[in-house]
Amino acid sequence: MNYLQLLQLAAPETIVTVTMLAVLGCDLTLLRERSVATRFRFGGLISIFGCVLAAIGLWSRMQVNHDASVPYHLDLFNGFLVAGPVTDFVKIAMLVLTIFTILISTSGKFTDHVGEYLSLILLGTVGLMFLVSAEDLLMIFISLEFASLSLYILTAFNKHNERSAEAALKYFLFGGTAAAFLLFGFSLLYGITGSTNLAEIARGLLGKGLDPLLVVAIVTTVIGFGFKVAAVPFHLWAPDTYEGAPTPSAAFIGAGSKVASFYILAKIFAIGFIGSTGSAVWHGYVSGWMPVVAIVAALSMVLGNLTAIVQSSVKRMLAYSAIAHAGYMLLGVLAGTPPSLSAMMFYVITYAATVIGAFGVVTVVEEATGGDALANFNGLSRRAPGLSLCLLVFLLSLGGIPPLAGFIGKFFLFSAVVGVGENLGLLWLVILAIAMSAVSFYYYLRVLKAAYVQDAAEGAPVIKVPALTLVALVLLAMLVILLGCAPGLLMRFL
Amino acid sequence: MLAWTIYITFIGVLVLMLLPRDNARAARIVALLTAIAGCVVAFIGAIQQTHPGEVATITQIDWIPSIGASYFLAADGISLVLVVLTGLAAVSGILFSWNIEKRTKEFFAFYLALIGGVYGVFLSFDVLLLFVFYELTIIPKYFLIARWGSTRKEYGAMKLALYSFVGSHLVLIGLVATWVVAKGQLGHASLNLIELSKVSLPLAFQHWMFPLVFIGFAILAGMWPFHTWAPTGHVAAPTAGSMLLAGVVMKLGAYGCLRVAMVLFPEGAKEWQWAIAALAVAGIVYGAGVALVQKDFKFVIGYSSVSHMGFVLLGLATLNTIGLDGAVLQMFSHGIIAGLLFAVVGRMVYDRTHTRDFNDLETMQLGKKLPFAAITFVIAGVASMGLPGFSGFIAELQVLMGAWAVFPKLTILSGVGIIVGVAYTLRAVQKGFYSDAPAKASDPHEHPLEPITIPEKVGAVMLIGASLVIGLFPGLLMNWIEPCVKSPLFERLLKGGSL
Repeated sequence: MNYLQLLQLAAPETIVTVTMLAVLGCDLTLLRERSVATRFRFGGLISIFGCVLAAIGLWSRMQVNHDASVPYHLDLFNGFLVAGPVTDFVKIAMLVLTIFTILISTSGKFTDHVGEYLSLILLGTVGLMFLVSAEDLLMIFISLEFASLSLYILTAFNKHNERSAEAALKYFLFGGTAAAFLLFGFSLLYGITGSTNLAEIARGLLGKGLDPLLVVAIVTTVIGFGFKVAAVPFHLWAPDTYEGAPTPSAAFIGAGSKVASFYILAKIFAIGFIGSTGSAVWHGYVSGWMPVVAIVAALSMVLGNLTAIVQSSVKRMLAYSAIAHAGYMLLGVLAGTPPSLSAMMFYVITYAATVIGAFGVVTVVEEATGGDALANFNGLSRRAPGLSLCLLVFLLSLGGIPPLAGFIGKFFLFSAVVGVGENLGLLWLVILAIAMSAVSFYYYLRVLKAAYVQDAAEGAPVIKVPALTLVALVLLAMLVILLGCAPGLLMRFL
Repeated sequence: MLAWTIYITFIGVLVLMLLPRDNARAARIVALLTAIAGCVVAFIGAIQQTHPGEVATITQIDWIPSIGASYFLAADGISLVLVVLTGLAAVSGILFSWNIEKRTKEFFAFYLALIGGVYGVFLSFDVLLLFVFYELTIIPKYFLIARWGSTRKEYGAMKLALYSFVGSHLVLIGLVATWVVAKGQLGHASLNLIELSKVSLPLAFQHWMFPLVFIGFAILAGMWPFHTWAPTGHVAAPTAGSMLLAGVVMKLGAYGCLRVAMVLFPEGAKEWQWAIAALAVAGIVYGAGVALVQKDFKFVIGYSSVSHMGFVLLGLATLNTIGLDGAVLQMFSHGIIAGLLFAVVGRMVYDRTHTRDFNDLETMQLGKKLPFAAITFVIAGVASMGLPGFSGFIAELQVLMGAWAVFPKLTILSGVGIIVGVAYTLRAVQKGFYSDAPAKASDPHEHPLEPITIPEKVGAVMLIGASLVIGLFPGLLMNWIEPCVKSPLFERLLKGGSL
């Protein structure tokens, strides 16, 4: 254990951090006095370059160890920093998502603190990358809070808009409470087992049954992560935050941070709490964490989808749909088998890509029409045909229409969940999920109806879509279609 | 060869998307050429298939090996019948929407996307692939109706889309569960329809999974009491839209019932046979009864579609050879005849008079002003009633023969539906075209009705011809259907589940 090893293992994170400093430095010196658009363009370019470099580093680590018969497993400080093919790939996915988030931000007019904005996105990404590779409660907590702090500030970034500040404050207060719950649960776990390493916790819990303290620990952990992933009944911050935050920030909260949170949530439950799973199968209830997660998942799916129906703001609608999707993803967590976990990761990653795209379209529409109400999307197919075609792809994928990634993700996820245990015991949850996904189609279709069926107001001009954003959106749409038609491309890494 | 029906159609969509926005004429021609090419390929491919009783593989490529999904296109006799039907419906639908001026290019792009999906469903022998194509059709039909429709178009379109989506999600539940159970029995993941049909799924599983999947598909087939999307959807849709809805989309549902639900769960089918037959007959009688009292011309046709699709479902419920033969033939026959009826009402009458209300139509004496429309409607109506010589007769006769052997009482009841069918058709002919009500005082500013155009005539002659040819030489299609129903794929179904 020396510093060289640490540097080697944490090289991608280091690269992103250095990039962050470079962006900040450039913005402060070279790009001073330039227009916001220029600064965004150059700063974004540097950030993307850094992300690409980090991703290449991760990729080469995966390739070097590709032929090994056993997947490589690098571990530093007993779980503080772990690297394996899956964690590395999830990090690459996060970096790609960050790149797209930056691309859709570059046309933003919500701030003139460009350097700070970009560096906060990069900092958040670094936090999330550390989170992905942590297998120790302490490190999980630190990196989660590290990432969250960046997200709070990103939410507040639109200084011209009071709602942005309100949203950030709400997000911060909820997030702080969640962190407290999480820390409380973690401290109990440490108290019971004498360790903060997930694998050692699992060993310590072995044979102890459902200790009352453990029950409290499980419940507080679920509450803590429930806040982070916006699952019902801990979702209340989400709609306001999504609506008030600058749209690219909302995309970052809804996409990148979701991927990391779900990955680590699954890890905690599948590794740490393996001995106290319990069961949520129909007529086969056994207490443990699985029933708790099942309740949260079911509530999220039902409430998220039903509330989304009545929203008139597209961003709020996307927030409630995010809650609903968190419910589907939790199904993958609670099933807890390797196929269900990789199906969940497939779902989360494709969902994140789709949601960045959807928010990207909303960003453009918002800039052009001054709002994100349904009526602002009227006649979009005429005003910006390419943009609305992208919107069509993203929303249909969220609704689960084949052959898009959202559908095949659902198929993977649901079939993996149904396959758990005897006698299709979890089918009730899947039936609920599929029924709710049928409901979700209605509110996605409402947006598309505005775009394709309704006419724009008389004389509404053609919307000029910023080139970089359009490129990002088209790439994302193609990615969504490609992953829907050939899911194996992504699935083989998970 | 047959796979090109799908590819050509989607290539047509791409070409349309690349056309300049305002060139309506080019869009029409591209759409028509695409549809004709698809139709010709369908015909040639169908004729080339020498053993319609066997499932002839067209392409089979691994698609998602981890879940056993493959890109598996194939065709047996039943697919052939429906692919040919789709080809004919596609061409005639375009002929009857020649007058679309509003966003023509987009209209035909959605139209062809729908057709492409339909071809795909009829040719898929991988359940997931079939499902993918099945859902692909939902979006275009929503936009076709919501954008280019008439009466309460947004309501009708949304209702149709939601019904279809709920139905397909019932199917998805069945698909996921069946995949898991079959994986346990086969030892490997598979979504291949032929492979799955050989798996003996547990009895209890079949008993509750069958109604789920069957209803999921039957919603789109217009099964009573899940039919309510059909009349509103048909009425709201533009002419070509209702032609496709009645002509092929309802067939998608019936095809799914037969190809997926009944083949995968033969025991379940046996168990629920009575329920399906009862609902089918309820649909036949109810549809006919409601059609008898409609004021809107198009609603008459909409409800008659529900009634006629009841025969398809009744035929399926018989679980015997002759009933299934009849059901498949009825799918073809209804597709042609209902398409024609909608064409007359929607294109020839409504687009010219701008009304479908019988009270208004009675005063217009359309029999004199539009003799071609009147004659076409009489012929189509006669075919729809089931007069010998047209395809409807031989199809419904077989369904009734098959049904008589299993449930004689219900069969007699369905006879009521046929009699009422004669009544509402004659009422529609009389009120729509040959009313002796006094003519409205003629308005000097009124424009004379535009004469029937060439594309309409061609389309009408084509559809009447198809119905006549099959009515006179039913063997043409029966040679495809019969060996297919007797093939191993349906063996377990016909033997009540046991092998």
